[in-house]
Amino acid sequence: MLSTATPPVKTRKLANGMTVVWQQMPWLRTAAYTMWMPGGVSAEIMSVSSDFDPISRCGLASLTVEMVQRGAGPYNSRQLVAAEDNLGIDSNGSSSTSITGFSAAMPADSLVPAIGLLADLVRRPHLPIDQFDDAKMMLRQEMLANQDEPTQRLMRRLRERQYGVALGRSGVASPQSLETLTMDDVREFYTEHYHAGQSILSLAGNFDDAQVNDAIDAAFGDSKSGSWDGLPTPDPIDGHEHIELPSSQTHIGFAYDNIPYGHPEYFVMRAGIGILSDGMSSRLFDRVREKHGLCYSVFANTHSVPASTNREGKPIPAAGAVFGYAGTTPQRAQQTLDLTLHEIKHLCDDLEESELERWKVRIQSSLIMEQESANSRAGSLASDQFQLGRVMPTEELESIIEAITLEQIKTYYQSHTPESFRIVTIGPEPLAGGVLFDDSTNHAEGDNHE
Amino acid sequence: MSEFRSVTLDNGLQVVAEVDNRGYSAAIGYFVRAGARDENDSQSGLSHFLEHMMFKGTATRSAADVNRELDELGGQSNAYTSEEQTVYYAAVLPKYQRRMVDLLSDMMRPRLDADEFATERGVILEEIAKYEDQPPFGAFERVMECCYGPRGLGRRVLGTTESITNMHVDTMRDYFSARYRPENMVLAASGNVDFDDLVEQAGEATAAWNDLPMPAEFASDNKDVLPEGVELNPRLSVPDATQAYRVTLSGGPSMAASDRYAMRLLASIIGDDGGSRLFWDLIDTGRAEIATLWPQEYSDTGALFSYLVCTPDQMDSNIRLMNEAIDLVVRDGVKQDELDQVINKTVAGVIMASERPSQRLFGLGSHWLCCREYLSTDELLDAYRRVDVAAIGDAARNYLCCEPTEVIASASDEPSLTT
Repeated sequence: MLSTATPPVKTRKLANGMTVVWQQMPWLRTAAYTMWMPGGVSAEIMSVSSDFDPISRCGLASLTVEMVQRGAGPYNSRQLVAAEDNLGIDSNGSSSTSITGFSAAMPADSLVPAIGLLADLVRRPHLPIDQFDDAKMMLRQEMLANQDEPTQRLMRRLRERQYGVALGRSGVASPQSLETLTMDDVREFYTEHYHAGQSILSLAGNFDDAQVNDAIDAAFGDSKSGSWDGLPTPDPIDGHEHIELPSSQTHIGFAYDNIPYGHPEYFVMRAGIGILSDGMSSRLFDRVREKHGLCYSVFANTHSVPASTNREGKPIPAAGAVFGYAGTTPQRAQQTLDLTLHEIKHLCDDLEESELERWKVRIQSSLIMEQESANSRAGSLASDQFQLGRVMPTEELESIIEAITLEQIKTYYQSHTPESFRIVTIGPEPLAGGVLFDDSTNHAEGDNHE
Repeated sequence: MSEFRSVTLDNGLQVVAEVDNRGYSAAIGYFVRAGARDENDSQSGLSHFLEHMMFKGTATRSAADVNRELDELGGQSNAYTSEEQTVYYAAVLPKYQRRMVDLLSDMMRPRLDADEFATERGVILEEIAKYEDQPPFGAFERVMECCYGPRGLGRRVLGTTESITNMHVDTMRDYFSARYRPENMVLAASGNVDFDDLVEQAGEATAAWNDLPMPAEFASDNKDVLPEGVELNPRLSVPDATQAYRVTLSGGPSMAASDRYAMRLLASIIGDDGGSRLFWDLIDTGRAEIATLWPQEYSDTGALFSYLVCTPDQMDSNIRLMNEAIDLVVRDGVKQDELDQVINKTVAGVIMASERPSQRLFGLGSHWLCCREYLSTDELLDAYRRVDVAAIGDAARNYLCCEPTEVIASASDEPSLTT
């Protein structure tokens, strides 16, 4: 159990649909907020006429975030940065698959003015047309940079194959979209998706409850509402793909279907992934890197997208996947892939109590250390609220983790052994899909796509 | 309030701590004066290789035991190696302090087993290959080599594929015996730490550390010959690179220099990644992907790095813009409101970082190892607040007027080097 009781998480909903969730951390000198509005990268193509080529809208969510930050309320872009700097506000805006988010950390005294600045950004951006070309040039730089990062390229492509081109869509611009995106597209995207409906504002840190809530009411109370068209359903692309590059290492990405956050067995499954990949005594680190010296980086992690409802009111279930990576020189790449997949498939063959105990201590420690950071706490509050529709109190999470048994993990993985993997490699030579992959119904050899 | 404590053990090991018992965690680390600049040619990459080997077992623990126990204590633990030091650290719940100190101290007397050495060599070679695939494709290492020469501060932390392939375990054992002596090490802690217990335990755990045999003096390098695997060409050819990458290096204040705060603020005004002059000129306009400037302080000298990433065809015009921005500051200085803004931003950053004991640990340990000096968070904040426009002007004239060493990595010979 936590060494110190934490103040309760409080929640309220504004009439316009915004959920405000907050937790006081009076021992800190700082505070932080996270604001999420549903409709991120995937919204670029949801409910858009089918005449549109999806590629032509790549990067629109990022471009809108960029344009929003180029002046808002009484400030031009330089004044906005100066106002934040002078208050010590370290802020960030970005879009991901399902949301557009703005977050910031700051000295505690700055939280109230920071909420005002956030409202300026989200509600009163200038969207200055004379800066549109500059913003597009920024997106172009990001697109080109992505080309030079083999690991990022790999993981983006893997995500696309695992979730399909709609749900697995990347937020990076394409050469085509840089030609076609217009200021009208940005205005329309802003109007459609920057609203309070189903949005979340989370706050954590050292602040006065009443004062901050008054500031939120003043800043967002009369904010317009709106709807969210939900997320696309997964539509995976099976098989393997190799991208040829004369790199020093072969970069290997693998993915497989998994249960999402919120599923009753999620934490039992997650404990198994923890045993596999969390920490220096985890299976992948110990058996692939330490015992054989095959690679420097190897890991597997879980990813979830929440349930949503589409425009017709049809529920779209939550989805999840495991994504993994290993980087190794070409002559050792096949062995690395085979061994890594072997460890995943044989996780439940030799589970030990001590492995589960280590994972539990790790989770408990990280939950307690989260109390040292308003920023990470605000992020967790928003994430829980978005994925679960409520914040799981730390104490509840601790008791769930504490109650997990080795038997549960074994039973889970015996009936959920991953049978087929989606694999993407970048490097000088393609690989066979892994010895284990050959046993399954999918055949591996020569299954490398364009 | 936090309290600073320090003790020198009988064997020469320094123990320092910034104790704040309100914290949720304790951060503990060994800081060792062993970095790339301490190596000779045949030892190239050893400080870092050794850092890996410290996790590979002790007299009483196997490699698997070490990793398992680190995980059993939860928290975050890791290690890193720089040009001047190697650091092993962990942030844990206070109840695990004793077990973590026991484990870290034991790790400081490693087995250095030949078989483990051979296996780990593979991991190091993979780490070198990994960085070869990542921007800026070795340009940082190359600019250090070109500026300082391939030895001393210019020695690559990871070594070269050649030096690691040829490394012998006995060379490592000798290097270890020379560097990991108590007088070369600091045990630092921050956060919710029981200092008296830390000192008592460290005294017992490290009592025999001076028994380490001192190896014969290491051979000096033949300065006329380049170390194997090292090139000094300021042009790095990366056939598949989309972007062009330019790194420059010139002088800056050392870790103990009084003008280091002015220099940090000056670099932030010119080249921070958000809201700086280079940001508005080059990033906000989409001319470059990255255009930044930052100082790096070493024990006896300092460096100023600049980093520019853009398409090859825009490199020349961007270099001109970057130089103009720098020249403008040298000529006209900075305005008071601009300085106030960067001080406010920096001070807030220090306050936010100070909330994590693990973040305080690095400043505390490194600075003590280098300078035998402690700076509280409040002293650090005051030092920034005291900087005025005149001090910024001095720093600009002292450090921004010289011709820097320049390295460009890109697919073609375009753009040309400016020097």
